[in-house]
Amino acid sequence: MRGNFQKITKLLSAGVVAAGLLMTASAKAADDTIKVGILHSLSGTMAISETTLKDVMLMLIEEQNAKGGLLGRKLEAVVVDPASNWPLFAEKARELISKDKVAAVFGCWTSVSRKSVLPVFSELDNILFYPVQYEGEESERNVFYTGAAPNQQAIPAVDYLMSADGGSVKRWVLEGTDYVYPRTTNKILEAYLKSKGVPAEDIMVNYTPFGFSDWQTEVSAIKKFGSAGKKTAVVSTVNGDANVPFYKELGNQGIKAEDIPVMAFSVGEEELAGLDTGPLVGHLAAWNYFESIDTPENKKFIDDWHKFIKNDKRTTNDPMEAHYIGFNMWVKAVEKAGTTDPDKVIDAMVGVSVPNLSGGYSTMMPNHHITKPVLIGEIQANGQFDTVWQTPGLVMGDEWSDYLPDSKDLISDWRAPLSCGNFNVKTGKCGGKGTN
Amino acid sequence: MISLRAIGVVVLLMMAGLLPSKAAEADLRAALAKFVTATSFPATEAVVRELAASGDPSVEGALSALADGNLYIRKSDSQLFIGRDAGGRTELLDPLSGEKVAEADKAELARVKINNSLRRVVRDALGALTLRAKDANLRLAAANTMFKTPDAGNIEALDAAIAAETDTAIKATFEQARAASILVSDKPEADKLAAVSTIAARGDRDALSVLASAEANSQGAVKGAAASAIARIDSTLALWDAIQNIWYGISLGSVLLLAAIGLAITFGVMGVINMAHGEMVMLGAYTTFVVQQVIRGSFPGLFDWSLIIALPLAFLVAALVGLVIERGIIRFLYGRPLETLLATWGVSLILQQAVRTLFGPTNQEVGNPSWMSGSFDVGQVAITWNRLWILVFALAVFVVLLYVMKRTPWGLRMRAVTANRRMAASMGIRTPWVDALTFALGSGIAGIAGVALSQIDNVSPNLGRGYIIDSFMVVVFGGVGNLWGTLVGAFSLGIVNKFLEPYAGAVLGKIVVLVMIILFIQKRPRGLFALKGRAVEA
Repeated sequence: MRGNFQKITKLLSAGVVAAGLLMTASAKAADDTIKVGILHSLSGTMAISETTLKDVMLMLIEEQNAKGGLLGRKLEAVVVDPASNWPLFAEKARELISKDKVAAVFGCWTSVSRKSVLPVFSELDNILFYPVQYEGEESERNVFYTGAAPNQQAIPAVDYLMSADGGSVKRWVLEGTDYVYPRTTNKILEAYLKSKGVPAEDIMVNYTPFGFSDWQTEVSAIKKFGSAGKKTAVVSTVNGDANVPFYKELGNQGIKAEDIPVMAFSVGEEELAGLDTGPLVGHLAAWNYFESIDTPENKKFIDDWHKFIKNDKRTTNDPMEAHYIGFNMWVKAVEKAGTTDPDKVIDAMVGVSVPNLSGGYSTMMPNHHITKPVLIGEIQANGQFDTVWQTPGLVMGDEWSDYLPDSKDLISDWRAPLSCGNFNVKTGKCGGKGTN
Repeated sequence: MISLRAIGVVVLLMMAGLLPSKAAEADLRAALAKFVTATSFPATEAVVRELAASGDPSVEGALSALADGNLYIRKSDSQLFIGRDAGGRTELLDPLSGEKVAEADKAELARVKINNSLRRVVRDALGALTLRAKDANLRLAAANTMFKTPDAGNIEALDAAIAAETDTAIKATFEQARAASILVSDKPEADKLAAVSTIAARGDRDALSVLASAEANSQGAVKGAAASAIARIDSTLALWDAIQNIWYGISLGSVLLLAAIGLAITFGVMGVINMAHGEMVMLGAYTTFVVQQVIRGSFPGLFDWSLIIALPLAFLVAALVGLVIERGIIRFLYGRPLETLLATWGVSLILQQAVRTLFGPTNQEVGNPSWMSGSFDVGQVAITWNRLWILVFALAVFVVLLYVMKRTPWGLRMRAVTANRRMAASMGIRTPWVDALTFALGSGIAGIAGVALSQIDNVSPNLGRGYIIDSFMVVVFGGVGNLWGTLVGAFSLGIVNKFLEPYAGAVLGKIVVLVMIILFIQKRPRGLFALKGRAVEA
């Protein structure tokens, strides 16, 4: 109450002679904020990627408050640190929802952390916005997936490499870190490549442990595989820290992008920041956003980010854009529903459309995935990506892959009356099974 | 995608036989100006082919600039320039003469876009243009490019180059490139058979690649000859593969040795289970980063020396932190391994978070000095300079440490305290002081290991985590308290690991190695070389 009093006297002393109505309104806003949960690791292995997402959420919330908040109330960020510890993610999610009474949560990076919080969100009926590209095979009522599904990243990337522009690749190395995202993505890609007539002996799949640092054997195996007289490319789902030594070894062993290009799904501007990209020029990445995109929206976003973080060397990346889209969608849905009640907001979310940073609009689909353009970029000497190809239109996220036998008959539609995340069109029943 | 029109232009020019060796400058400028209007990759490619067809060496500058992404169009007047970075601004050079004509801001320029297939076209074009270059390295590179991308149209140019070449090594490469081109031409079978044997004599992976595509695209005797040549090359390469595996194993072993050698002192000699060991390595790597930052900012000329400057500093920083940890925490916990383990683990978390707060959670860029970049070939094995230097460095550190331990009075005292603390104390050795300095030495060594590891790994707050398990593994396997054990342990684990990896994969390989070590420790609990010391008494 003391705070309110101070606020009122401050208003008065500033010489604002306002009606009593206005004053009660501002007093009300101060003690009745809308809380937004931020569930990103600020310590441990994943802090390297997730800390940035926490910062971008704080920036978005600050900007929304500067615009006058939401439903006449101010937003308040509640930041917790699940410390890259998967069970702790579930505990912290429960704390955010039950104790802090947040209206929605923005968080998680790895698939295993998302899987660990799923039961909490469905039990307590809250909303999670998940901003990272993932392996698909999942659709939950309480989760909105603003990152790419495999068909919004992996499949178009392979299509590009197979095209004349991408070098008409005939031989494929699928190189990944050993966990759920690369394994599922590679399973989908293998099935897809075989459906395109690539024989099994032209596909090599290899996995390495998390944080792997001695890439000599793997890189020379790639070199060997690539000397069979057919155009070869590497599709890399190598995660996080292991990428830097991987690219250093590629550069040192003289594998040039013109000969064997590496297409990465987990390497963004942030990962390249720790690297001398000179020897890597021309290697590729597939994302839905690049910092180098030349649109007024993106320029403003980057300027705001540099101002907020007070460092104009910090990069922006794809998951940051996903949070930008997700947050704006949530704001719009709350305005549409006229309440922050998660149940009503979930129903209001489907069909909400907001501008993305690449010059178009992203729309929330009934399967809780969004529409995005797919961009292929080549690494430049300055650590940025240069877009060399993009899908002509927006691509709708497809949660159940059409290339896996277990999931090809499944669809997801969270609108009434179907309201089901895994509807089997063959049997006409809700409750099919995915591969996970 | 080769646009038909471009081929048309080239073919017409060639057929007309009117192609002068030095096209008039005006024509070249007109061709270059087409870069401005080319808005798609195929259109740009057509321009590149037109320039290449001119055969004029003066377009080389513009083409290499295009490949490097340095070809710019000034937005105000649509003029084409080669850009060169000059302290934030870009110097604009004339695309033909290479002379500086103006300066501009990045925002005033539009880059001529390039992708991988275009880069390949440019590389081939440059290859053709630089066949007769003065610089021998350029000629060799051109010959190798032509070998990798054979084209029947190259044969004449190569014949001329072979006739003019005086360097035997380059001449041989030219002949191989010519042979590769003959394989894709419509020359008679006898020529092709001779070509196959020329290429087979080269015997490397590139030769294999050329022969494999020849085998796939030809019939009869040529197909058979290519197949048997491939089989011959494969069998020699298999031998080289084994040698390569040994080298990779030695190289991994040197990394393990570097990571573990500091621990061989703190854990091996002193018996302290130091979970913060990895963080000492990390501090060393961050010291390198800071040193490079300062050098980049103030003395850019010294960059190649940055690692050598960082070495003593990293040693001091890590040793100082180690000293503080020993005096502040560990000395109260001697003889209580469990508490030491927990306390040092806590210290490791504190150090990680401190670095994260100070430098941010993201990776920091530590550059490779020029003498640590790239690779060279020994037979068919590519040896990268950074791995070689790390091996040399690891052995040097080992030898110096061994000398300190065995030949200096300080080492003598250290060993005395380890062997029998009470006796050493009665002889007048200040044991607490020796403890503190020994721990600082071990930490300092970990710090200089960090300088080397910053060259091959991420410099992030998590750097140390990746090495702590491996380090303990090496020290326990090699025998606690014995430096030689650490050396042999590191190299044997490295080689075993690298021999398993191609067959079992990296994930399974690591598991197999761990299981083997567990079984080995069951048999010989004190490791390869057991030593009597304080660790054993406790």
